[in-house]
Amino acid sequence: MTLALDVAPVMVAYDVAHFLAGMMLVASFMLLYQDRIFAVLNTFAAQAMLLALAVAWQGYVHHHPDLFITAAMAFGLKGIVIPLALNRMVVRLGIHRDVDQAVNVASSMFLGLGLTSLALLLVLKVTPGASSFTREGLALALAVILLGFLMMITRRNAVTQIVGFMSIENGLILAATGARGMPLVVEVSVAFSVLIALFVFAVFVFRIRERFDSVEIEYLDRVRGDRRVQGDGR
Amino acid sequence: MSMEWPLFILAAALAVYAGAVLLAVSLPRPALGAVYPLCILAALAACAADIWVLAGQGAFQATLPLGLPTVGLRFRLDSLSAFFGLIVNLGIATSSLYGTGIGRAELSKRIEPFYPAFCAAMNLVLLADDAFGFLFFWELMSLSSWALVVSNHEDEENRKAAYVYLIMAAMGTTALLFAFGGMASPAGAAGGLAGQAGGYAFDAIRDHKLTPLVSGLVLVAALFGTGSKAGLMPLHAWLPLAHPAAPSHVSALMSGVMTKVAIYGIIRIVFDLLGTPAWWWSLPFIILGAATAVGGLLYAVQDRDLKRVLAYSTIENIGIVFAGLGLAIAFKATGIVNAAAVAMAAALLHSLNHSWFKSLLFLGAGAVLHATGRRDMESLGGLIHHMPQTAFYWLVGALSISALPPLNGFVSEWLLFQAVLAGPGFPEPILRFLSPVVAAMLALAAGLAAACFVRAFGTVFLGRPRSTEAAEAHEVPAVQRAAMGILAVLCILGGLFGGFSAWAIGPLLKTLAGTELAGLANGPTRLSLIAFTQGRSIYDAPTIALFVALSAIATMLVVHFISNRGTRRSPAWDCGFPDASPATQYSASSFSQPLRRVYRGIVLGSVEVLEMPPPGDLRPGRFAVRYRDHAWRNLYRRPAVALLFLAGRFNAFQFLTIRRYLVLMFSTLIALLIIMAVWM
Repeated sequence: MTLALDVAPVMVAYDVAHFLAGMMLVASFMLLYQDRIFAVLNTFAAQAMLLALAVAWQGYVHHHPDLFITAAMAFGLKGIVIPLALNRMVVRLGIHRDVDQAVNVASSMFLGLGLTSLALLLVLKVTPGASSFTREGLALALAVILLGFLMMITRRNAVTQIVGFMSIENGLILAATGARGMPLVVEVSVAFSVLIALFVFAVFVFRIRERFDSVEIEYLDRVRGDRRVQGDGR
Repeated sequence: MSMEWPLFILAAALAVYAGAVLLAVSLPRPALGAVYPLCILAALAACAADIWVLAGQGAFQATLPLGLPTVGLRFRLDSLSAFFGLIVNLGIATSSLYGTGIGRAELSKRIEPFYPAFCAAMNLVLLADDAFGFLFFWELMSLSSWALVVSNHEDEENRKAAYVYLIMAAMGTTALLFAFGGMASPAGAAGGLAGQAGGYAFDAIRDHKLTPLVSGLVLVAALFGTGSKAGLMPLHAWLPLAHPAAPSHVSALMSGVMTKVAIYGIIRIVFDLLGTPAWWWSLPFIILGAATAVGGLLYAVQDRDLKRVLAYSTIENIGIVFAGLGLAIAFKATGIVNAAAVAMAAALLHSLNHSWFKSLLFLGAGAVLHATGRRDMESLGGLIHHMPQTAFYWLVGALSISALPPLNGFVSEWLLFQAVLAGPGFPEPILRFLSPVVAAMLALAAGLAAACFVRAFGTVFLGRPRSTEAAEAHEVPAVQRAAMGILAVLCILGGLFGGFSAWAIGPLLKTLAGTELAGLANGPTRLSLIAFTQGRSIYDAPTIALFVALSAIATMLVVHFISNRGTRRSPAWDCGFPDASPATQYSASSFSQPLRRVYRGIVLGSVEVLEMPPPGDLRPGRFAVRYRDHAWRNLYRRPAVALLFLAGRFNAFQFLTIRRYLVLMFSTLIALLIIMAVWM
């Protein structure tokens, strides 16, 4: 990686990149905190736009013009199209507007803090050779990924699970662009796979709704004859 | 090109086997007997090729563009393959000859198509020259023999036997997979399957230098893989179930021949592929071998099923061969090559001899089964009157397996004892301490073998019949008697010409142990077998045979002409013989009772239950004996129960909610990350 900047601009590049990545991590915590579906979707859109900014900044600093395409895709698809689509879905299906949580907010915030410190500890420990520029970016990205996963397992609502999944993908792209820069082909294919996943999720949600008049995934479990779920964490 | 012709002959023999398979698949059922003459033809041709290679000492190679990419399917015929090829194909020839006598009603699409496939697979294992081919043909051998075991599937016992056999075969092959993977991995790598593709050819494996840890692990895996096929204790428990379940001529092949293919496998791995041996490699061979020899016979002496007795006796003989191999490793690693050659010769010749007399005994048991329909010795007896030829051949086999001179079993066991007696020369104190223990155990095994076959022969062929079937038995067809006769002649010749066979495998001993039997060259005759030096250890079979014959004739004459003059009248007490009931005779179970009582607790786990009816009740008292195989309970039954229990527990994981599955995945990920964070 060749940096075409002097020492002082390197520090600026470093600070801005970390600021954006840190903001994404804050957005992840906000996602964990929200208990209204629309708020979750808005926060997700904000996180995706932060991602777009972070990727664009990396492209600008490292002179990788193809990263601008990645940034544009993140901004357009994840920042606008997907939140809008989910929004419409929630409205059209008349889904309950509040999020049913399996673990209460305080506990999930503490878990999130633990995961973040684990991510920092791990990445700083296993990458002593890399430059601090990439190391800390990677640590933040890993924290975003873990928090996305945590969101998927602490929420019962199908829509919030989709958002959790997308948030994991945000973290992946942040990690990839922060470290070395993903080849465009990989980036495009990841984007497509996420789109397809969204599609599958959407169809799934519609089917659940048709059957049970709800998108609580518990109804699915009940159909499968799993009785233990009744008293689960409520 | 002319040098390659042993390989061409073998290829033609394999083609004949393949043709026999196709024929058996397409022919109508009554014509299936045509398989056996084809197998005899192929086996004899293959024998000729093997003898050619043994005599010429060349090695022939061929590579087919099949199998793994960049390795191909490699074949190699060297003197080791040829020696075991001779064992395999002689066994196939005699078993097939026996098979030609099978009645039309007994031919079946479940047996005849798999028989030639089994024969071909055993030959191919010996020829394979890369790990992939070896494992593939090994598995082909296992599966085709499994099909033969399960051929009589109406019987619940046979289904169970086949199931256990299938599991053991799969586990053995898996162990061998790891063994080859460990050997093929690049130098110093910690085992695993990391080898580059070209590393799986045997040539490449020979060049690999392994660390002691890796070679130790490979040794354990190889011992497990081949030991489970050969019947090494405590992996033996499938063998007394599966070998008797197959039709008798297949039992003869499985017990007499297939176990030798497993021995070929361990010799190929330890003496050829794994590099220079370390002395401690010999410990599992010697200890397990000696324990197997004694343990196998203790069960053989107890069992009532004639074929199962033979299967247990196979386990004993495998133990003897493994003990010989262990001694050969120990002597070779400590630099005592002439003793290594003696131990190796003992192991090789015992493999050959055992294939002959065990095939003979199994074919004889098959003849008994065919004549009476019974395998339980307690319902046989007196068959020597109705089946004199079978009885005579079986007696020859029983004498051979009991290692009585001048028959062939004595030759190899004598060599083994010569090797054990060289044990005080070991520089390692553990081996010096172990060798007298092994000598004592092998001596015990030899004594038990004699007891076992006195019991078997006496109960089955002597005395009075214990069932109407045994009383109405008839002799088997001439070809089946001929098959047994040929094997009996081989047993006698193998005993008389022991010196010659030891000389003939000299070049093979040179490659495996480092030297041939040096003393052979300066014996009084070509036929005398000399282990070390003429003054110290010589066995001259013709002299012994002559002495045995002369003294037997002299004793007979003395008894006949001197002591038995005139008619004598006996008192009324006459050992119960005028009593009509055959139950008054010595039975198989009563014969083995003293041994059972001695070894009851730890070794056999036998229970004797005496059931006396109360006074006034007219029922007879009953005396029942049950015994359990400890290895079966502790190494098969308990793990199986534990596995089922765990499987039942894990069943719950099949019906979790989506979120719970995600929690599982996530917590696994977090656990791994924490491990990374702590240990990296």
